[in-house]
This record gives sequence, C-alpha cells and structure tokens, in this order.
Amino acid sequence: MKTLTVSVVTPNGPVLEDEYEMVVCRAESGEIGIMPHHIPIVAPLSIAAVRLKKAGSEDKLAVNGGIMEVSSNKVSILAQSAEKPSDIDVERARKAKERAERRLQSNQDNIDKLRAELALQRAINRLDVSSK
Amino acid sequence: MASLRDIKARIDSTKKTKQITSAMELVSASKMNKAEQHAKGYVPYSEKMQEVVAHIAKGTDASHPMLETREVKKTGYLVITSDRGLVGGYNSHVLKLLQTTINERHNSPDEYTVIVIGRKGFDYCRKRNIPVSNSIIGVADHPQFADIKDIAKATVQMFTDKEIDELNIIYNHYVSAISQVPTMNKLLPIEDIQGQNGTTSQYEYEPNEEQILKVLLPLYAESLIFGALLDGKASEHAASMTAMRSATDNANDLIGDLTLSYNRARQAQITQQISEIVGGAAAIE
Repeated sequence: MKTLTVSVVTPNGPVLEDEYEMVVCRAESGEIGIMPHHIPIVAPLSIAAVRLKKAGSEDKLAVNGGIMEVSSNKVSILAQSAEKPSDIDVERARKAKERAERRLQSNQDNIDKLRAELALQRAINRLDVSSK
Repeated sequence: MASLRDIKARIDSTKKTKQITSAMELVSASKMNKAEQHAKGYVPYSEKMQEVVAHIAKGTDASHPMLETREVKKTGYLVITSDRGLVGGYNSHVLKLLQTTINERHNSPDEYTVIVIGRKGFDYCRKRNIPVSNSIIGVADHPQFADIKDIAKATVQMFTDKEIDELNIIYNHYVSAISQVPTMNKLLPIEDIQGQNGTTSQYEYEPNEEQILKVLLPLYAESLIFGALLDGKASEHAASMTAMRSATDNANDLIGDLTLSYNRARQAQITQQISEIVGGAAAIE
C-alpha cells in the first residue's frame, strides 16, 4: 500500500510525524481527503478533527485551525495547537465548553461573541476527538 | 577605621549575599538550558511556516494588506523585556535601542506607539510618557503560544486596521550564553521572505489564494512574534546567569578584601593590648 508522510507541527514543537495511507481533514471550504501522490495543495483548516488512516485503523487529532500544505507526497499541518486523544485534558475541555456556552447565552454586549464561539468549537472538537 | 565587629558584620552579610547570587546563577543556568531547548522545539514550526509562506508569496500575484508597503504615518514598536531585574544589561540595552530609535525617527509621540511585553519595559515607557497601546506582564519563564496569542493577534490586527503602518520588534537576540545582541526587526509589512529555492512546485489553492493568504499571513506574523519572545527569554536567562556570576565574583573579591582588613585590625588590636599590658607592668615596677 502506498503511503504519504504526515507531519503535524505546532509552536510548542512537533506533535506527530508518521506514514499514513490517507488523511481526511476539514478545510474551511469542506472536507478534503488526501491520498498518496496528491498534487501540491494548500488549504486553511477549520477547527475539527483530522483523521489519519493506516492499515485499517484510524488515528485522530484535534487540530485548532491552521494550514495544511501538501507537496511531494508530504502533508504538513501547521496549527497553533494540535492534540492526540491521549493528550487531551477532558475535564478542562468540558469546563471550557460550559464557560463558552454560558458566555454565549448571557446576552451582554461586552462579551466577545466570536471568541466565545471559537472557544466553544475548540472545546467541542477536543471532547469529540477524545471520546472515540 | 571600622571596628572589628563592623567588619565582621559586613563579611557575614556579603557571604549571605554571595550564597543567594550563586544559587540564582545555578537557577538561571538551568532555566537558560530549558529555554534554549524550548526555542529549538519551535524551530520546525517556524521553518515550515517560512517555507510555506515563501512558496505561496512567490508563486502568486494575489495581494494582501500585510504584504503592501504603505506610507508610514504611525510606527508600532513591539518591545520584549523581562518582568524582574537582576538580569544585568538585558533590559537597559533593549530600552536604549528603543529610545534612540524613537529619538532618531520621530518628532512627536503621535508618530509611534509601543506594545510592551514585560514589566520593566512597561514601567520605563510609563515613566517617560511613551504611548503604550498594549502590554502584557507576567509571561511565564517558558511561555506557551497561548500565553501571547492575544497580544500577538491584537498587534497584527492593529496593522490590518491601519492603526499602525509599520511594525518593528525589538528584543535581545540570543547568540550564546555570554552574548546577547539587542536587535530590531521589521515585522510588518512582510517584505523579504526567504525560503529554500529550487522546489517551486505549483500549488493548487483551496478555495483560492486570497483566502489562504488571509489565514496564513497573520499566523506567520504571530509565529515571528512568538519566535522573538522565545529568543528573548533565552537571552533573559543567559543575561541573568552572567549577571549573577559576576555578582558572585565581586562578592568573593569583597570578602577577600574585608578579611584582610579584619585580620589587620585584629592584629593591631592585639599589639595595642600587649603594649598596654607591658606599659602597665612597667609602671608598677
């Protein structure tokens, strides 16, 4: 089976570097699946899980936005944070989710709606990735 | 001449100070090693980022506000200093560079604004009425990206909103454990992006180039700010280490001098006492 190299790097260091058969991630314009020898492509990612498939099994990563770049059979994901399911602090994510929901529900003007919305997305994404 | 007891007290207090400074030297040394590793861990991200930005910016005609040079009406300076003292010339070098740059380039405070990281820089600007538009105090010794994300984002936003037309970053560049150089870099507009030549593969853009640049360039600018901060932190610990080492050396010298004069004073006292006794005995006879 052909494979492609996937490397995920964040400002705090590399998170993952390995060979996979397929990468599925959600770009801002929709889901994209990358298979080996994909043509070079660049796409911004939305806050969602990145699914990495290898020999029938699937790994997941919680990626918070960032950019995906594919060139010469190598996928690089640059994100401000990316976590493996084992690294996710579920309790913290749950609290963050509650906090963000509270903020969104309280109809005050002085609250940054967009920020709360993004925080909520990140929290949901983390919980989603860690639960499976 | 100081009395024996005075000298003794000084020797004791100097010894205690020496204990503290030599302990701080060790602490700074270990922090510096950590900070250096931290900065190294960040290198893959910044290199990759640089590579992608260079790839895209070169192969495209698409324009983006962050790539365009416009007439400079207001300049932003991002200054990275430490929160505490005892770091030798670390802060004063950076702040001096800031001050001379401002004096050279600007006539009125309307023409510039300063974004400060670190308490020392903040206090400095406030004392001298330098306009500070944003600041962050209490950055951890080994900062995470999340710690400075807000200020980095806000700063990049200021440029995008045309509040400032140019952004310079001033920090201490870490050369080695004994050498840190105050450096000023122009961050925005992004001008010369250097990437590895050769692999000029044509990219497909999803959805299009403008959209990509819109996401990528702020990320790039933020990553540069974070990189400078890590660099600055490594310098801070290195500077602190050097300062503490020289403080310990000075304490050693001082203790040597004081011990010498203590012994002399003691000797003089004994001689005096003997001559008094001898004088007294002679008087009785």
